[in-house]
Amino acid sequence: MLAAIGVSSLQDLFAYLPPEVRFDRTLNIPPGKSEYDIVDYFRARASENANGYTSFLGAGVYSHYRPVLVDTVVSRGEFLTSYTPYQAEIAQGTLTTIFEFQTMICQLTGMEVANASMYDGSSAVPEAALMAARITGRDRILISRGVHPEYRETLVASVRHQGLQIVEYGYDRDSGGIDLDDLESKLDASTAAVILQSPNFFGIVEDIPKAAEIAHRHGGLLVVSFAEAVSLGILEPPRDADIVCGELQSFAISPSYGGPFAGIIATKEKFLRQIPGRIVGETKDANGNRAYCLTLSTREQHIRREKATSNICTNQALIALMATVFMTVYGKQGLRELAEQNLSKAHYLAGKLPLRFQGPFFNEFVAAANGRSPGQINEALLEQKIIGGLPLGRFYPELEGTMLICATEMSRREQMDALVSVYAAAKEAMAK
Amino acid sequence: MIRKVRPHITQNEPLLFETSSPGKAGYQLPDLDVPAVDPASVLGRANTREEIEGFPEVSEVEAIRHFSRLSTYNYAIDLGLYPLGSCTMKYNPRVNEAVARIEGLAWAHPYQPESLSQGAMEVMATLENCLAEITGMDAVTLQPAAGAHGEFTGILLVRALLQSRGNPRKNILIPDSAHGTNPATAHMAGYKVQNLPSNERGMVDMEALVRLCDEDTAALMITNPNTVGVFEENITKIAGILHDKGAQVYMDGANMNALVGIARPGDFGVDVMHLNLHKTFSTPHGGGGPGSGAVAVKDHLEPFLPVPRLLRSEGRWTWNYDRPDSIGRVRAFYGNFGVLVRALAYIMAHGGAGLKNATMDALLNANYIRTLLEPYYEHPHKAPTMHECVFSDDLQAKRGVRTGDIAKRLIDYGFHPYTVSFPLIVHGAMMIEPTETEGKRELDLFVDAMISIAREVEDDPELVLKAPHSTRTNRVDEVGAARRPVVRWKPPIAEPRP
Repeated sequence: MLAAIGVSSLQDLFAYLPPEVRFDRTLNIPPGKSEYDIVDYFRARASENANGYTSFLGAGVYSHYRPVLVDTVVSRGEFLTSYTPYQAEIAQGTLTTIFEFQTMICQLTGMEVANASMYDGSSAVPEAALMAARITGRDRILISRGVHPEYRETLVASVRHQGLQIVEYGYDRDSGGIDLDDLESKLDASTAAVILQSPNFFGIVEDIPKAAEIAHRHGGLLVVSFAEAVSLGILEPPRDADIVCGELQSFAISPSYGGPFAGIIATKEKFLRQIPGRIVGETKDANGNRAYCLTLSTREQHIRREKATSNICTNQALIALMATVFMTVYGKQGLRELAEQNLSKAHYLAGKLPLRFQGPFFNEFVAAANGRSPGQINEALLEQKIIGGLPLGRFYPELEGTMLICATEMSRREQMDALVSVYAAAKEAMAK
Repeated sequence: MIRKVRPHITQNEPLLFETSSPGKAGYQLPDLDVPAVDPASVLGRANTREEIEGFPEVSEVEAIRHFSRLSTYNYAIDLGLYPLGSCTMKYNPRVNEAVARIEGLAWAHPYQPESLSQGAMEVMATLENCLAEITGMDAVTLQPAAGAHGEFTGILLVRALLQSRGNPRKNILIPDSAHGTNPATAHMAGYKVQNLPSNERGMVDMEALVRLCDEDTAALMITNPNTVGVFEENITKIAGILHDKGAQVYMDGANMNALVGIARPGDFGVDVMHLNLHKTFSTPHGGGGPGSGAVAVKDHLEPFLPVPRLLRSEGRWTWNYDRPDSIGRVRAFYGNFGVLVRALAYIMAHGGAGLKNATMDALLNANYIRTLLEPYYEHPHKAPTMHECVFSDDLQAKRGVRTGDIAKRLIDYGFHPYTVSFPLIVHGAMMIEPTETEGKRELDLFVDAMISIAREVEDDPELVLKAPHSTRTNRVDEVGAARRPVVRWKPPIAEPRP
C-alpha cells in the first residue's frame, strides 16, 4: 500500500506537517490492554459503586425492569453499527423503526406529530421553548418550579443568549401542583410558552386542561414535559398541550449514571415545520413499494446552517429503538398494567409515610422526615442496603427536611416495609 | 427498470400496528404483592385514560421477528466498509458493549450517594485525563450529549470568557467548508456568522481571515483537518491572528481521527474544542446516536465549564457545584456515561502507541484510496490527504451522472456510499473516509467498485442513474416525502358499506 501511494513509511504520510505542530513523544496512556484486562478493570470500578442495594430514588431516573428482548434487538449489528439513515435504500430497518417510534410517541402523548428523538428530557425543554418562541413571535417563557430542577437549569443555560426571558412560577404549598394564581399573575402578552411537568418533580399529576386554558387565554402555548414515561400508561395524555417534550428513560433505558437517555418532542400537525431534529416520513420507492426516508430536512442545520431550527445533528436513535422495543413488548395492555402496578406500589408505601403534598401522584411522592434529617434516615437505610429518597433541600430550600421517594414495579413489599420501619424507628428515636 | 419480486414474508414486514390484534401481549409482570388501587379513585377520573389508542398488541415472537426482519434491511459496519466522510465509521469493538452493561455501571443512579458512585466517577476522571493528554488541553467536560451539543457548550464558554473581560463580542468566523452544525451553533449562542472563504487548496484564505478578524470577532470555529481532509498548514498563524485580536480559536474535533498521537490541538493554538466520542473513539452510531461531545479547554476557559465538576477531596471523588463562573449545565446529570465507558475501553485497548498506530493506518487507507481513484475521479484540492479524501463528480457530470447517482450505484456493489454533496465548496462532492479498521482486501474491493462505476458512467449511464438495482428497496422518492409529509401511521379509514 505504501508503494502504491509512493511513500516508504507510515511516518512519511504526515512528514509535511509543520514541525511546531508535530507531536513527537508517545501519548502518556498505558500500553494497550487485553480484553480480559479491560473487563477486569471495569468490573473493579463497578464494584466500587452500589451493588445489591434496593433503591427508592426516582427524580428523573427510574428503576424499571428491562425486558430481555430489548438488548437482544439493540445488540444486532445491523442496528448497533449503522449510521444516521441518509441512504434510505439500505436503511429501511432504522427508518421503519423510527416511523413506528414517532407513531407510538403520538399515541402515548395525544399529539399529532413527533420527531425521531432528542438527546434527553432536559435538553428537549429549551428546544420546546425555542419552538414556542418561533411560533408565537414572543420571547417570555414561564416555567413551573415543579419542573425537574436540572431541566430548568438546562433551559436557562441554553436559551439565555437568544433573547428569551425565563420566569419561574411557583407550586401550591398544599397540593404540590402548579400555583394557578401565581401563573396567572405572571402571564402577559409577551409570553410565548407556559411550561410545566406532569407528573411534576414531586410526583404530582398537574391539571393540564386548566393550565392550557390559562396559557391560551393569553395567546401563549402550553408546553408539557414529562420525566416518568410509564405514567402515560394510565394518565390522560396532555392533549391540551401545544408541545409535549419528555424523557423516555423509563422505557428500558438503564439508569447508566445519568445517560445516554432519549428525549422526545411531539406537537400539533400545524407546527410540524418548527420541530427541531430528525423526522422520518413515508414515501414510495421507484417500484411503488412503501418506503421511509428522512424528511423535511430544510429545517435542519446541514441545509439551513445558521437559519436552522436547531443545531442538533446526532440524536439518540439506538436508545429510541430500546424504547420502541419496550413499548412493543408491553403493548397496549402491558403498559397500562405496568402503570397500575407502579401506582399501587407507590400508594402502598405512601400510605405508611407522612406525605408533604395532597395532590394526586403517580409513583413518586414527597415525604416529611419526621423531624430527623433525610440524611440521617438515609444513613440508617444504607445500613440495610437500601438507598432511600432524594433529600429535597438541595433543590428547594423551603422543603428542607423532606425527601422524594419513588416506588416502581421493582419495589418489593418487604423492601418497602423495611423503609417504613426505619422511618418509624426514626420517629421513635425523636420521641425519646 | 428491473421489477423485483418480494415473495418472502421476511421482505414484506408490515408495521407493528398492522399486525396487532386485540389481546395479544408479549409481557408477564410479577404478581402484585400490595393491594391494587383503583386508578380513577386515586388519580381522579379526568386524569386517567381509557386506553392508548392504536398502541401495538403483538406476541413476543412476533416482536422479535419484526425487529429482526427490519434489521436485515439495514447496512452496517458489521457488514462492510462504511466510508462516510467526516463520520469516522470504524469498527465498534464488542468488549465495549459488554463492559457498559456491567450491572454496577449500567444500574448506577445519578443521585445515588457519592460514596456508592466512586467507580463511575473514577471512570469519568480517567477518561477526562486521557482526553486532555490526547488533545493537549488542560481540562475536559464530559457533559455534552453529542458533537453539536459540544460545539454549543464550547461557544458558551467562549462567550462567558469574553463577557468576563467586559464584552462578549458579536461575530463568529466560520470557513465555508464547515459542517452545518457550526453556523447553527454560533446562532444558538447569540452570535452572527461570518463566512470565511477557502483557497484553491481547500484551506483557510489567510487574506480574508486578516480582513475579517477584528475586535468584534469572538472566535473562529475551525475544523482541522478540514472537511476536504486537509491539514490547515497555517494553523498556528491562524491562531496568532485570532489571539492578537483577543478572540478565541474553537476546533471542531469531528476529524480528530486524523490527529490522535501525531498532533495535538492544544499545541497548535486551539483554546477550546469538542471530540465526537462516537467517531474517534469507536462508540457505536446506533443508526444516529447516542453520541458524546466531550469538550476540552485550555486553563483560561476552565472556570466556565459546566457544573458539576469532578473534584478529588480527601482521597475520594466528589461532585463540585460551587463554581460561580460556570455557564451552568447544558443537560441533566453528568453526560452520556454509557458512551464514556465504551470510549475509555477503546482507549485502554489501544494505549498511547496503539492510538498513534490507528491514526497512521487511517491516513494510509485514505491515501491509498485517493491514489488509486485519482485517475478516474476529479480530485480538486491538490494538498496532501489525511484521513479522508474528497473527489468531485465533474468528470461524470459530463455524462449526466452526479455524486448522488454514483453513491446509489455503490450500494449495488455491496458498499455503503461515501458522504454525498458535502463539503459544499466541492462541486458534486464525494467524501470518502475509510478509517483504520479496514484491511487492504476491503479497500481494494471498494476501489474496484468505484473504477467499475466510472466505466459504467461512460458505457451505460442509465444503469447508474437508476441504481440501486440489487436492494430490497429501490431508489426512494425523497421529494415526494417532503411534499406531502406522512410522519406517523394512522389506521386506514374504513370503506363505507355499499
